[in-house]
Amino acid sequence: MMLLISLMATALSACAGGKAGSADADSLITIGIPQDLDDSLDPHIAEGAGTREVLFNVFEGLVKPNSNGDLIPAVAESYSINEDGTVYTFTLRKNVKFHNGAKVTVQDVKASLDKCAGTGSDEPLVAAFSAVSAINTPDESTIEVVLKESDTDFLPNLTAAILPADHLDASVDPIGTGPYKYVSRSPQENIVLESFDDYWGEKAHIKNVVLKIVPDGDTIVMNLEGGSIDLMARLSTTQAAQLSDNFDIYEGTMNLVQAVYLNNAVEPFNNTKVRQALCYAVDIQEIMDFVSDGKGTETGSSMFPAFGKYYVKELNDTYNTDIEKAKQLLSEAGYPDGFEFSITVPSNYQQHVDTAQVVKEQLKKIGVTANINLVEWDTWLNDVYIGRNFEATVIGVDASTLTASAMLGRFVSDSGKNFINYNNAEYDKIYNEAFTSTDDAVRTEKYKECEKILSTDAANVYIQDLPNMVAVNKKFGGYEFYPLYVMDFSKLYVK
Amino acid sequence: MRYIVKKILSCIITLFIVSLLVFVAFALIPGDPALSRLGTNATESALISLRHQMGLDQPMAVRYFKWLVGALRGDFGMSYSYSMSVTSMIADKLPITLTLMLYSMVLMVIISVPLGVYASYKEGTVIDRIIQIINQIIMAIPPFFSGILITLLFGVTLKLFTPGGFVSINRDPVRFFGFMFFPALAIALPKSAMVLNLLYSSLNGEKKKDYVRTAYSRGNRSKQVFFSHMLKNASIPTITFLGMALADMIAGSIIIEQVFGIPGLGRILLTSIQNRDYPVVIAIIMLIACVVIISNLLVDIIYRLVDPRVE
Amino acid sequence: MKKNKKKNFNLILGTVLLAITLIPAFVGLFWTPYDPEAMNSSLKLAGVGIRHIYGCDNFGRDIFSRIMAGSGITLLVAVGTVAFGSIIGTAIGAFTGYFGGIVDEALMRINDVALAFPSLLLALVMVSLLGTGKYQVMLALGIAFVPSYARIVRSEYIRIKNLDYVKAAKLAGASNLRIMFVHILPNTKTVLLSSVMIGFNNAILAEAGLSFLGIGVQPPDASLGRMLSEAQAYMFSNPGYVLFAGCTIVMIILGFSLISKEIR
Repeated sequence: MMLLISLMATALSACAGGKAGSADADSLITIGIPQDLDDSLDPHIAEGAGTREVLFNVFEGLVKPNSNGDLIPAVAESYSINEDGTVYTFTLRKNVKFHNGAKVTVQDVKASLDKCAGTGSDEPLVAAFSAVSAINTPDESTIEVVLKESDTDFLPNLTAAILPADHLDASVDPIGTGPYKYVSRSPQENIVLESFDDYWGEKAHIKNVVLKIVPDGDTIVMNLEGGSIDLMARLSTTQAAQLSDNFDIYEGTMNLVQAVYLNNAVEPFNNTKVRQALCYAVDIQEIMDFVSDGKGTETGSSMFPAFGKYYVKELNDTYNTDIEKAKQLLSEAGYPDGFEFSITVPSNYQQHVDTAQVVKEQLKKIGVTANINLVEWDTWLNDVYIGRNFEATVIGVDASTLTASAMLGRFVSDSGKNFINYNNAEYDKIYNEAFTSTDDAVRTEKYKECEKILSTDAANVYIQDLPNMVAVNKKFGGYEFYPLYVMDFSKLYVK
Repeated sequence: MRYIVKKILSCIITLFIVSLLVFVAFALIPGDPALSRLGTNATESALISLRHQMGLDQPMAVRYFKWLVGALRGDFGMSYSYSMSVTSMIADKLPITLTLMLYSMVLMVIISVPLGVYASYKEGTVIDRIIQIINQIIMAIPPFFSGILITLLFGVTLKLFTPGGFVSINRDPVRFFGFMFFPALAIALPKSAMVLNLLYSSLNGEKKKDYVRTAYSRGNRSKQVFFSHMLKNASIPTITFLGMALADMIAGSIIIEQVFGIPGLGRILLTSIQNRDYPVVIAIIMLIACVVIISNLLVDIIYRLVDPRVE
Repeated sequence: MKKNKKKNFNLILGTVLLAITLIPAFVGLFWTPYDPEAMNSSLKLAGVGIRHIYGCDNFGRDIFSRIMAGSGITLLVAVGTVAFGSIIGTAIGAFTGYFGGIVDEALMRINDVALAFPSLLLALVMVSLLGTGKYQVMLALGIAFVPSYARIVRSEYIRIKNLDYVKAAKLAGASNLRIMFVHILPNTKTVLLSSVMIGFNNAILAEAGLSFLGIGVQPPDASLGRMLSEAQAYMFSNPGYVLFAGCTIVMIILGFSLISKEIR
């Protein structure tokens, strides 16, 4: 028997609550973003959360998340999953067009998913697609994704963008099916989007979106006040406090796990006791006080509260600040006089830079000297994330999809995204059990066990899920938070 | 004439050496541009094919030669980060920086020449002293601090412009020029102080010369002596300085673009250096080298034309 | 008489300015009123007051203490830069000027190239090759400064080596090295000294510029340029921070240029 889940797209159009009709041809909103999208415009390659949050508006997968975090059909009209979770069947929505005017066909879908799965080469382009054994198109409106092994939790991966079969490289001139289409870019200046008139769902309210690159946290407030940007997310509390009442401030969470991520493969962080000592030395409340006036949600492991059932609050208490204990662990580990290491931080994220400075101060108390090394975002991606050539870094790790594996999969020892070189056979084993389990309760338990291992093993010095202050000029409305690191431009409207 | 040909030839050789040094220096820096373009999950075969496509698998000499041939035709390759042609990227940004520099050049002349002449005219008076003191202070202000002060005064306090509110010329030319006035002023101010100083001392030097003394002693203290003789002679070192100031102003504009959030060449250079987008860095450095070397050449030639005694 | 008065005025003003800025910088090497890195959340962006005369920054760190420590780092970088640049530059200039020949031609050609660039740009390229941090900045700026010293010293050597006293020393059988460093070098000191003075100011400016761009001294080390760029973020809530850091730079530069103007 098939378990049929079919959702209606009409649910979407009910959201806007009677605000503004179709897009006014002159309407324009300028949104500030902290960095240029210089990793790639290709949604299958882009790594930066800041890049993906923009591309969210240009590309869609067979399914896509809504603001509750639920997956709703997008390019597909409906889908079903067979009972043992090995075959996902999608029915193509009929009236979906690409930004170049072409209709989306099953061939486009197959080509896009094949690209992710790396069909024809030895490795998948998107790691999660290693589980895919075949993508079939039995007729002109049906796509079947066949998995190698049972996985009832694979659906979030099918938010992977659908591109035209003859335009699979989106790095220069991206073409998708989303509510906004890409118009142009000027390096380090802006990216221009325009609402897509033939969008299948509820069309965007604002015709023109200009994403202005504001790499200098210092000028954000002046940019907002001077009217050169209308909206900016992820402000610090200090910045938000400086704004006048021309702005609405929305407060949410960033949906990421900020931590001092430690390269577990290098001295002295290959020693568990050293890592634990750092966890004991850090005072999370004090960090929050300095960085965001006490706001923030503590995280004790690689999971943030928006995940609901996977988030284990108790892990926040694995380590409570205890300088004596930290010193004792350090001497047990053979570093009674402390040691010196460097924290590499991307300079465009003020919160991470500030956190690093507070952490440095706190570590002094146990005789550990941290040197801060500020780098440009792209350098961080290359050296730390891709090259894994670092000792420690302060960064926020987010989830590309709302699956526990998106957060926890990266710590499996042979994962391509395991930038901290975490290597724990027990973790690998339990993670694998969780990943292949078909019983949701068992799976959840196993994932929680994984989180516990990360916490007790002190894989990283976990800190918090940062508060997300969004400033929106009062001329505009409709900002919505997602439980993921995305911004939905199509919901915005002119008041 | 022979002198000029010789000078031009030596400039070409200099540019050639610059290109070689810069190219080799950046080729030696560790890092794999192919890897950074494909991301973490790139397969080995994809990497190899991209390296081949980017020509990174060839020996450095071959790469340099290919680059040189391309550069001579105005093709500086593709940017690693943006997958777009470096030439079009620069062409997009060059007008912004060029406007900024010309603007500040004009401001510099407008501010410094009348004040310098006036101060020299009033040599020894209180006004002269006041101008000198203010000038001395302004000369000591680094360009980025003058940028901050201008932002603080005109942007934050007087609200004459929006700090960070750069508008591209295509969107609104009036606002573009209105905005650019302030960064141009920030670059021009310290430099004007230097020009003023130079003009002032060379004018005062002229005053002691015989022809002026003679004119003065005959009671001819007219403006005609001042303007048609003294100013003309005093302007020679000033023009030389303006030529040399160009190089400094390029460096100044890199910082000022950062202070005012202007997405010009300086901003691209800075991010490309940090992003290790070397085709862009090399192209911009070559461009700046060309500007500096050519302007030095012009100054040399003008100097020689004005004063044939110069060696 | 009048001229002398003016001279004294400049000299006195320059000395006073340097005293105001440099004495705290030297004292700051050993003692500061507060730990320049100690954070205190209750003092975030505190204004000017009796306990913290310049107020506090966004981490509640005492700005006066940070400026003391920061001027120290800025001066340290400047001294290192000028020392490196002038010593290497003098050596190169001495050899090429004294011996001439093909090596001289080649080196001077490269030198011309280097001089064609604004020193900040050269330092920018050097930093991208060497990495960031105060020692890297010292080295990068030092290298960027070498060509100008080499050129000055070289032309001095070319001028002096044909003077009679050098020829006499040669006839007396003095070795080349002895002539270069015992006979000629002391006679370049006036030229060298004034270019060291100017170089010192340029080094301070260059360091501040690099750190301002975020690729010089790294936090939490406080150099004046670095502080200025940090302070820019709080221009609204605490404009004093920007002004104190910036004015310190201006005072140091002004002090040096007033004094060097009168010494010349």
